[in-house]
Amino acid sequence: MSDTASSGIGMGTTLAPAWLQRVTPAARFVLQGGPSALAAAARALGIPDADAPGRCSGEGTTLTLIWLGPDERLLIAWLEDAASLGARLEAALAGQAHSLVDVTQRQVGLRLAAAFAADLLNCGCPLDLDPARFPVGSGTRTLFNKTDIVLWRRGVDDFHIEVWRSFEDYLVRWMAEAAQDFAPQR
Amino acid sequence: MSVARLPTGGQVGRDRTLRFSFDGKSYEGLQGDTLASALLANGVHLVGRSFKYHRPRGIMTAGPEEPSALVTVRRDAARSTPNLRATQVELYDGLCAVSQNRWPSLRFDLGRLTELFSPLLPAGFYYKTFMWPRTAWHQLYEPLIRRMAGLGEAPLLPDPDRYAQQHAHCEVLVVGAGPAGLAAALAASRSGARVILCDERPRFGGSLLCDDRSRIDGLAATEWVTAAIAELAQNPRVRLLPRTTAFGYFPHNHLGLSERITDHLAEPPAGLARERLWQVRAQQVVLATGSIEQPLVFPGNDRPGVMLAGAALRYLKEQAVMPGRRVVIVTICDSAYRVAFEMQAAGARVAAIIDLRPDPSPAQPDGWQQRLRQAGIAVETAARVLRTRGRGHVSAVEIGRLDAAGLPTGQRSIDCDLLLVAGGFVPSVHLFSQSRGKLRYDEALQTYLPGDSAESERSAGACRGLLSGLAAALQDGAAAGAAAANASGCAGEEPRFEIIEDSTAATAGRLPRAEAAVSGPKAFVDFQHDVMLKDLDLAMREGFRSIEHIKRYTTTGMATDQGKTSNVNALHHAARGLGKPVPSVGLTTFRMPYTPITFASFAGQARGEIFDPVRRTPMHGWAVRQGAVFEDVGMWKRARFFPRSGEDMHAAVARECRAVREGCGVFDASTLGKIVVAGPGATAFMDRFYVNDWSKLAVGRCKYGVLLRDDGFVYDDGVVARLAEDRFHVTTTTGGAARVLAMMEDYRQTEWTDLDVWLTSTTEQWAVIAVQGPRARELLAPLVDGLDISAAALPHMAVVHGTLRGMPMMLFRVSFTGELGFEVNVPSDQGAAALDAICEAGKALGLTPYGTETMHVLRAEKGFIIIGQDTDGTVTPDDVGLTWAIGKAKPDFVGKRALARPAMHAPDRKQLVGLLTRDPRVVLEEGAQVVDVPGQAPPMKLIGHVTSSYASATLGRSIALAVVAGGRARIGQTLHVPMPGGEIPVEVCAPVFYDPKGARLNV
Repeated sequence: MSDTASSGIGMGTTLAPAWLQRVTPAARFVLQGGPSALAAAARALGIPDADAPGRCSGEGTTLTLIWLGPDERLLIAWLEDAASLGARLEAALAGQAHSLVDVTQRQVGLRLAAAFAADLLNCGCPLDLDPARFPVGSGTRTLFNKTDIVLWRRGVDDFHIEVWRSFEDYLVRWMAEAAQDFAPQR
Repeated sequence: MSVARLPTGGQVGRDRTLRFSFDGKSYEGLQGDTLASALLANGVHLVGRSFKYHRPRGIMTAGPEEPSALVTVRRDAARSTPNLRATQVELYDGLCAVSQNRWPSLRFDLGRLTELFSPLLPAGFYYKTFMWPRTAWHQLYEPLIRRMAGLGEAPLLPDPDRYAQQHAHCEVLVVGAGPAGLAAALAASRSGARVILCDERPRFGGSLLCDDRSRIDGLAATEWVTAAIAELAQNPRVRLLPRTTAFGYFPHNHLGLSERITDHLAEPPAGLARERLWQVRAQQVVLATGSIEQPLVFPGNDRPGVMLAGAALRYLKEQAVMPGRRVVIVTICDSAYRVAFEMQAAGARVAAIIDLRPDPSPAQPDGWQQRLRQAGIAVETAARVLRTRGRGHVSAVEIGRLDAAGLPTGQRSIDCDLLLVAGGFVPSVHLFSQSRGKLRYDEALQTYLPGDSAESERSAGACRGLLSGLAAALQDGAAAGAAAANASGCAGEEPRFEIIEDSTAATAGRLPRAEAAVSGPKAFVDFQHDVMLKDLDLAMREGFRSIEHIKRYTTTGMATDQGKTSNVNALHHAARGLGKPVPSVGLTTFRMPYTPITFASFAGQARGEIFDPVRRTPMHGWAVRQGAVFEDVGMWKRARFFPRSGEDMHAAVARECRAVREGCGVFDASTLGKIVVAGPGATAFMDRFYVNDWSKLAVGRCKYGVLLRDDGFVYDDGVVARLAEDRFHVTTTTGGAARVLAMMEDYRQTEWTDLDVWLTSTTEQWAVIAVQGPRARELLAPLVDGLDISAAALPHMAVVHGTLRGMPMMLFRVSFTGELGFEVNVPSDQGAAALDAICEAGKALGLTPYGTETMHVLRAEKGFIIIGQDTDGTVTPDDVGLTWAIGKAKPDFVGKRALARPAMHAPDRKQLVGLLTRDPRVVLEEGAQVVDVPGQAPPMKLIGHVTSSYASATLGRSIALAVVAGGRARIGQTLHVPMPGGEIPVEVCAPVFYDPKGARLNV
């Protein structure tokens, strides 16, 4: 085992295929609270709340907000760092019952972009990923075999996956294995 | 050309011959053959030996129901698949098949001797024999039976092939691609619905593939199949899955399909999965699973050369194989007549049709009698096959009639080399039954048909009893497909087909199933398990009344074919024998899988490195470079110890322990579970969840928390820090992280909805580096960018935010070693850098990496428990000396009521104590039992057991923790640990061996 394992799989090793790339946002937060806190947070972020199962918001901005539960959102900031964003949100949420937790480094982001992306995901994810059922712009917490993931559909064949960092190795190995049935000469 | 292959016809590729071997002998076949058809083409009928009596067996069917022709197909030593039905094995060039259950050879099998003892081996013999003497079971009977039992042999090498798994969703799943299934798929797909169509055979078409006389929409049947497949294939919303068996029907229209991808290929491409397990969630399911022809029961009905009539027709029409030249057909229904016409037309001589029915002709189509006369086919009505003759292969049948007493009259013999049997078609209701649909008995067809559905499912065609005619099946399939599409929200329309049917097409006619069986020696009901009619009779004589009991007693229907060709005959014979109507005898359950599925298919990709996630910490690479030996803790790889050259674990751990006690050590504690509990209700939540009182914990301070289940037993523990009035940083055990969070969420969401509190796992947000030992502060102080970490500023059990060489840091002053200790938390990405900085600074101080083993020893010296090692789910806080942690003034917490039960305070509860062996060099075994009276003979009175035991380098002797009944009252007593080498005397002591006052912590 080389020390590339210190960051999970070590993207950029030969195991990491071209269609599966690490993407690293600037910050991630888990935001939890009641409707008014979530609405206040959305106002502060300048985007609509992702207020229904499977919903995402922030398209066209540098933020992505994903519904994880009735009172829980995952916020991904692509540019703003955790300190700045955290302070901004805490200010907006002052006096509101809420929980804002920095999880920037709890998980890693993987971009799965390939014609076979949905089929490959369905090797381990039981969701119906037909574009009519899980349209572009949807996001949800789900499973890929034995690991939790958050799945966000950026395009018909373009997905962003969030996975806890120590499960990345498993996820990437699994996908590389399964992809042999879709792209034998990766 | 092979002996039985017709020069023209069939749907086989004739431009190239395929070579294959069976039992070492080479043969030739054609593309489109199954192993069974290729063997028949070469005149090979004897293909296996039966399970119990080793009787010679041939090929009886042409499909998945085959009970007898089971073979092993070998590609290499690792790729050897036993118990395959030769009727389903697709031929490829170089295929190597061997017969099973015979020694030394198929023709000369010593196992055949068992048949000599068959009178001694009646049904249920294993319940009656081998009982005495009792000791003989393990030494004699079981090894012997194991050698005799079983069929093919599983390969001993690891399976080198890949196996894939795939989830899929659709509006309409159609199972079976015969006429009904194809029509259903066409109808459903035209609505725009997503359709999956699967069929276990390599080609779609089902019965249409052996029908060259019917016409659909102006096309020959096979041409229509080609056109239908072409239409479906060009529809992007249709997925066609040939070679795919729907084997299981699970709740909510969740079906398991097994796709065989490479088994039919001579040279499977490297890397391609051998099989794919589909998990399909369908809004609507159309079952078009067809029907299975049943054999008839008469003496010698298992002889090679006895074959189902429909199977012979398939071999003739699909592979142009004529399985016999002189044919006798025995039937209880009209389907055999078409086979007779076709066999005769293809050049065979049909010597006679033996029809059980006294006068079958009135119900038969016009013109049949004339055709029979023209063809010179004699029909013996009200007749039966009384027995078969032949050595190894059928050479003659003895026919006759039964008089009123059931005795044979008018016997005569007819020579033949093929005896075709037509016991009527039975709808394949396996999947319907698996779906929990209710079966109903149909008197006319004398079989069970689908009744009320339990799922969003409908049956179409032959599988729901439409056994007579192509038009009915096609149109029924079309209606089902359209209805399924409509039910799934798509606008389905039922296509109409112009159908001209083969005038000889199989029709059921009357089915005198109950009277069909002819008793006598070797009249088999279940061919795979060698169950005879007389075995069923015996079971009934011995008092069995339900078919479920008869089945288990005789094992009929319990072989790998699940009784596809035996259950119906067994059921009718039992009903007749018991004098009851069939439905009141009961019906055995259909279970998944429909046909055997490989274990590898269920495992899929989950093997080797991706069997389970392997979790590594951000500092894993550092531990590797330090030469760590790892252990698995849950899914985590944790460094257990860091041996230097020449050191064993004992030496390494002793050195690591001394380093921590005397200088400083560094330890990767990242795997500890971490949960942020935040919100205005956080304190109330913590008060209700943990036994401790959190209200008085100051911000910036930590406390050891104890968690019980609601039964009052210790569930988890860990240090909790208060980061703000409304925010706690909770740590859990490594293994408990997920379950503690799940339990918290359970209470939060279902019990305590009054609290505004939220939970977030931060286990992986932080890399945790424990720096422990008397020199820990000296080491860290220069690294923390001016932060005051003196005893006054950062006392034991305190937390502070700061930076470590510019990296954001949460610094905990905590200790699981009993020494001055810190746990540096930095964001995970910076864990490796922070650790490097600490190690660099630690060089001058002799900083020593230590692993989980040393951590275990150090904490045991201090009497700190490990959840799951010193506790086992039956331990109260008091049992392990943690009563001090309980917030006595709190109105409630999880487990409080349970702790009030008298039994939780019984004085003889097992309590945590220390044990010191009289000989300090003796290290007790963990798990060893403890007794108080020495010299007892087993069974001894056991009063406790050792939970933790180590050689302590610090103390220069062994130490152990144990739970002992009434242990605290026994302190000072001598107890005994009985071991194979003798009893080990131990002295009971308090479970703290080192620095009991904690002087080393508070410095």
